[in-house]
Amino acid sequence: MTNGWNDIKNADVITIMGGNAAEAHPCGFKWVTEAKAHNKAKLIVVDPRFTRSAAVSDLYCPIRQGSDIAWLGGLINYILEKDKTQKEYVALYTNAAFIVKAGYSFKDGLFTGYDEQRRDYNRAEWDYVLDEQGMAKVDPTLTDPRCVYQLMKQHYARYTVDMVSRITGSPKDKMVQAWEMIASTGTPDRSHTSMYALGWTQHAKGSQNIRAMAMVQLLLGNIGIPGGGMNALRGHSNIQGLTDLGLMSNLIPGYLTLANDREPDYATYMRTRQFKPIRPNQTSFWQNYSKFFVSFQKSMFGAAATKYNDWAYDYLPKLDVTYDVLRAFELMHQGKINGYFCQGFNPLLSFPNKKKLTEALTKLKWLVVMDPLKTETAAFWENHGEHNDVDPTKIQTEVFMLPTSCFAEEDGSLTNSSRWIQWHWKAAEPPGEAKTDIDIMASLYRRMKAMYAKDGGAFPNPILSLTWPYIDPEKPLAEELAKEINGKVLEDVPDAADPTRIVLRAGQQMPAFALLRDDGKTAAGCWIYTGVFTDAGNMMARRDTTDPANRGVFPNWAFSWPANRRVLYNRASADKDGKPWSHRKRLVEWNGRSWGGFDVPDFGVAVNPTAGTMPFIMNPEGVARLFTRGMMRDGPFPEHYEPFESPVVNPLAPKIVGNPVARVFKGDMEVFGKASDFPLAATTYRLVEHFHFWSKHVPVNAVLQPELFVEISEELAKEKNISRGDWVRVRSNRGAIKAKAVVTKRIKPLMCDGKPVHIVGIPLHWGFTGATKKGFGANTLTPYVGDANIETPEYKAFLVDIERISPPVA
Amino acid sequence: MATLQSLDIKRRSATTETPPNVRSSIEVAKLIDVSKCIGCKACQAACYEWNDLHEEVGINVGLYENPHDLTDKTWTLMRFTEFDNKGNLEWLIRKDGCMHCEDPGCLKACPAPGAIVQYQNGIVDFISENCIGCGYCVKGCPFNIPRISKADNKAYKCTLCSDRISVGQAPACAKACPTQAIYFGTKEEMKVHAEGRIADLKERGYQNAGLYDPPGVGGTHVMYVLHHNDQPQLYSGLPKEPKISPLVQFWKGGFKDVALFGFGLTALLGFFHYVTKGPNEVERKDEEAARRLSGDR
Amino acid sequence: MTLSRRGFFRLTGTGLAGSSLAALGFGAGEAVAASVRPFKLARATETRNTCPYCSVSCGVILYTQGDRAKNAKSEIIHVEGDPDHPVNRGTLCPKGASLLDFIKSPTRVKYPMHRTAGSREWKRVSWEFALDRISKLMKEDRDKNFVAKNSDGVTVNRWPTVGFLAASATSNETAFMTYKVVRSSGMVVFDNQARV
Repeated sequence: MTNGWNDIKNADVITIMGGNAAEAHPCGFKWVTEAKAHNKAKLIVVDPRFTRSAAVSDLYCPIRQGSDIAWLGGLINYILEKDKTQKEYVALYTNAAFIVKAGYSFKDGLFTGYDEQRRDYNRAEWDYVLDEQGMAKVDPTLTDPRCVYQLMKQHYARYTVDMVSRITGSPKDKMVQAWEMIASTGTPDRSHTSMYALGWTQHAKGSQNIRAMAMVQLLLGNIGIPGGGMNALRGHSNIQGLTDLGLMSNLIPGYLTLANDREPDYATYMRTRQFKPIRPNQTSFWQNYSKFFVSFQKSMFGAAATKYNDWAYDYLPKLDVTYDVLRAFELMHQGKINGYFCQGFNPLLSFPNKKKLTEALTKLKWLVVMDPLKTETAAFWENHGEHNDVDPTKIQTEVFMLPTSCFAEEDGSLTNSSRWIQWHWKAAEPPGEAKTDIDIMASLYRRMKAMYAKDGGAFPNPILSLTWPYIDPEKPLAEELAKEINGKVLEDVPDAADPTRIVLRAGQQMPAFALLRDDGKTAAGCWIYTGVFTDAGNMMARRDTTDPANRGVFPNWAFSWPANRRVLYNRASADKDGKPWSHRKRLVEWNGRSWGGFDVPDFGVAVNPTAGTMPFIMNPEGVARLFTRGMMRDGPFPEHYEPFESPVVNPLAPKIVGNPVARVFKGDMEVFGKASDFPLAATTYRLVEHFHFWSKHVPVNAVLQPELFVEISEELAKEKNISRGDWVRVRSNRGAIKAKAVVTKRIKPLMCDGKPVHIVGIPLHWGFTGATKKGFGANTLTPYVGDANIETPEYKAFLVDIERISPPVA
Repeated sequence: MATLQSLDIKRRSATTETPPNVRSSIEVAKLIDVSKCIGCKACQAACYEWNDLHEEVGINVGLYENPHDLTDKTWTLMRFTEFDNKGNLEWLIRKDGCMHCEDPGCLKACPAPGAIVQYQNGIVDFISENCIGCGYCVKGCPFNIPRISKADNKAYKCTLCSDRISVGQAPACAKACPTQAIYFGTKEEMKVHAEGRIADLKERGYQNAGLYDPPGVGGTHVMYVLHHNDQPQLYSGLPKEPKISPLVQFWKGGFKDVALFGFGLTALLGFFHYVTKGPNEVERKDEEAARRLSGDR
Repeated sequence: MTLSRRGFFRLTGTGLAGSSLAALGFGAGEAVAASVRPFKLARATETRNTCPYCSVSCGVILYTQGDRAKNAKSEIIHVEGDPDHPVNRGTLCPKGASLLDFIKSPTRVKYPMHRTAGSREWKRVSWEFALDRISKLMKEDRDKNFVAKNSDGVTVNRWPTVGFLAASATSNETAFMTYKVVRSSGMVVFDNQARV
């Protein structure tokens, strides 16, 4: 989230699209109801189903799953045509004025540079025109036909009301009413917030769904202000933290990236990470990259990382390709992975195409599952009848199931989607012999290290020199690790102006990331977390509920990264002179000498507005990007493409199937289904009574929602002769599930491209372990393809067919 | 000063004596704002956990309600109605459970001394030790709430968390509710809060929004804010004008005579049969009206 | 409501006796007073924690029996929302409200379990056995399949044949520990649950 849960109460208009907050985040959704009750806010819900969020909305607009970019493109067109933008914000704080290279163009659904063989673009032309000094050219009047504003206007002119309704199936009146409500916030005193989650990400163009709404928010001046923002609700309790700490295929903690094979040494690695400003007087904060990288290496490898060995640059692996989970299971399926660890993760139900996953796990030599609960993945070799029809004697995988503690049985911190890092305390011992994950990882490492120290082996250096500064090496404490993440001073750092004065003293906890260095004198496990555990103590454990002016900021509750800042880009809440756009939306401002206000300014505190430094300090241009240059693999502007399995042909580009650059493995393309065989548009989702595959182990939640069901409209039920509570079989080209039928008015057929499209809704919570009735995983049906940029599987839009069946024999 | 957490007794079933009442008490109420309810069932879960109730894992019968009705272990239940309001769908979700009537039909119908009590603060509580499992409270209840346990043949229902109220805490369901669709306080404050909510709903186009605090049972200590207060039946058959059955009134009125003069068993049998099996016209009519109005098949 | 025969006889007998007594002026006051359930958390110990489910991260209070005296096992007896927490202000969703049943779930794993190739069953093993065996399997595979240089002779130092799926609900501290151990080994098949 750019903003935070409490901040939603400051919104005037709230759009829930690509998510279902009432269902998936009820206690965060509270702040929507607070905005409605106390700020007269209006709630818009756009979803294929009339959801629990829709139940308390002011306007519900149905939409066919997978057509969000069309809907949002229409909204962009509406805003531009009706001249509803917040003009000063757009002209100054976005790249609307930037001139784009002459080679960039868009035609027949494709941008310049498409290579069909590689399913990829050459993105060289998707960039600004730079002058001799390397500065981008701009046209502040926004009239140059090659400026971003004009190109954007041209791009979205095709997204007329008629066209958008034809693609999305959204009724024109509801759609335009929603657009009007959202566009009403293009004034300085009103704000609109976007709340989204996996309903947007789980598409082959998921990142572009989000980009499209981000553009809307920029056009309306809604980024950086109270009640505004792009708010990714996120799924799991610490998925924000796990990602912040770099536990992803290509990351180093703090959103640094692992080197690839084309970067053989540190100098080459840094060459593409200089981030020099491309407009005068801009911050371009990533210029500090080397400070964060070197401090991380010092944290990992301590004295073994020196300037003479490029800070142990070779101690980290380099990537030839990205090893995201879809590739991991593809490789496993090919027999190229021998061992696999699952820490609190249940891939057999989490990833698409369960049949393929089972085959892949069967090819492993060994599997280690660390979990508080007995997961389906741990039991993938057990026969559970039709719910897991395997023959254990034919599965040669050795499996370990290691019991771990749960949240209640350990100390530590979790980072929520507001970026609040909050400490929690242990209340009891884990059951039986269960251990914490920290102890298990430490024990495995200690054994590995001992073996490498004794017997040697492949490149033992990083293992042998990994820092291990724990009082009890077998049982590191959460506090010790938290301090390590925060970082500390390794050698005294004198003041540059007055060498007799010591600025940072060796042994001291790092007070702030701005002081991190690339000379080896500081260490920090994750630079964006620096400040969580300083010499002042554990800042994550703070419990002060003070909230000045009732802004929903709570500056002294826990710690919010970065630098305890609650709203990102909050400099944009003030105009170019540093004055708040409006009194209602005050957050930070320039007082003549410094920046200050309710929140920690996301800006140089002493940078005078007259310098012309812009609010989007992470970008070398200082402004936000309506046009993303070559940053996104599938286009600098979001463009509507149909899902890989779609009931209709894309009217905007009939020849293109799916996202033209999404990666599809051999064998997966072949099992995409066709609309002629599978005419119904299916989608998967969560229910409020359950959380993924955990809460089915909880008796109370099993009572509240005991058995797998699918949801269909009354119209489809009639067509297929299905009544409420009947057993049905739902088939895709990859498998079939059996479920109970919930026949509902909350799903209606949508008229798309002149024909009715029926929707089948499939909740995802069932499996073959736990307290609920056994059920099929929704991933039995889903296609094995991911987003073109980050490989999130396309769970939200695929094709199925449905039929009534006789009840299974009990 | 008066208190709201005191459990001084105001009324007691099948008892004629007047309980002591020199201490003053404030009436409490739980306000259920249906217009803010997302049907998440947090209240239901919190109720199970607080009251240590272990309900059976059931099956899906094509509905979101689970279990499918109130039981001896399910004291509150989310009920879902899909209402097609002239082309605009409304998902009306009502938390069902004891209404804690000011004039409680269950208490009046109950023949077991002290099995049902009403506290000064308005809570109607079942005192299980004294319950004889006759089921009169079920028929006496205009809202069809109490359920008899097969395990111990006693009647159970929501206590309004009398154990929590007694130490100054809100009921478990109210505390859990993520959207403040359940709000707890004095009845007066809840009425004032409801006024604000109703004004907001009217501004948003719900002209018939209003407070459900039915006078037929003397008002209730669980009240609803409804978007369609003119048609409470829409909300899974919430009765429009709930009243204590005239039979219960009769039983209550004739109670002393029955007990003291010892009517013949035959006459009693007939009377019991009618009370326990006889039709409850109000309910059936309301249910039908609800089905018709919501367009359910 | 149907009335069983047994219930009916109980009802008539007790009902009449009871009501007669009451009518004669004998109250049931004592029984009533004893019947209100005592507040079950009166002396429980409170521990502040965070709900492990979604990313709203609601504050919760874990109530444990007793006062942490040495001779009483700390047993979690109830979980409720933390009213001080700015986001949830004491509220919880149906998952959070039943966290006690998650902690006490009958399907929690309590001991290290091992399944050998082709076997139909789990066998309980000791931690020593499990950790020794896993670390040996790791070293064996790493030494065999570690890629020090790619085909162009560039030092890449990666171990591509063993993968690690990190969690989504472990603490940041667990995450950092995991990162250190996994990345220092050169593992590249490494991901979390951000996408699903």
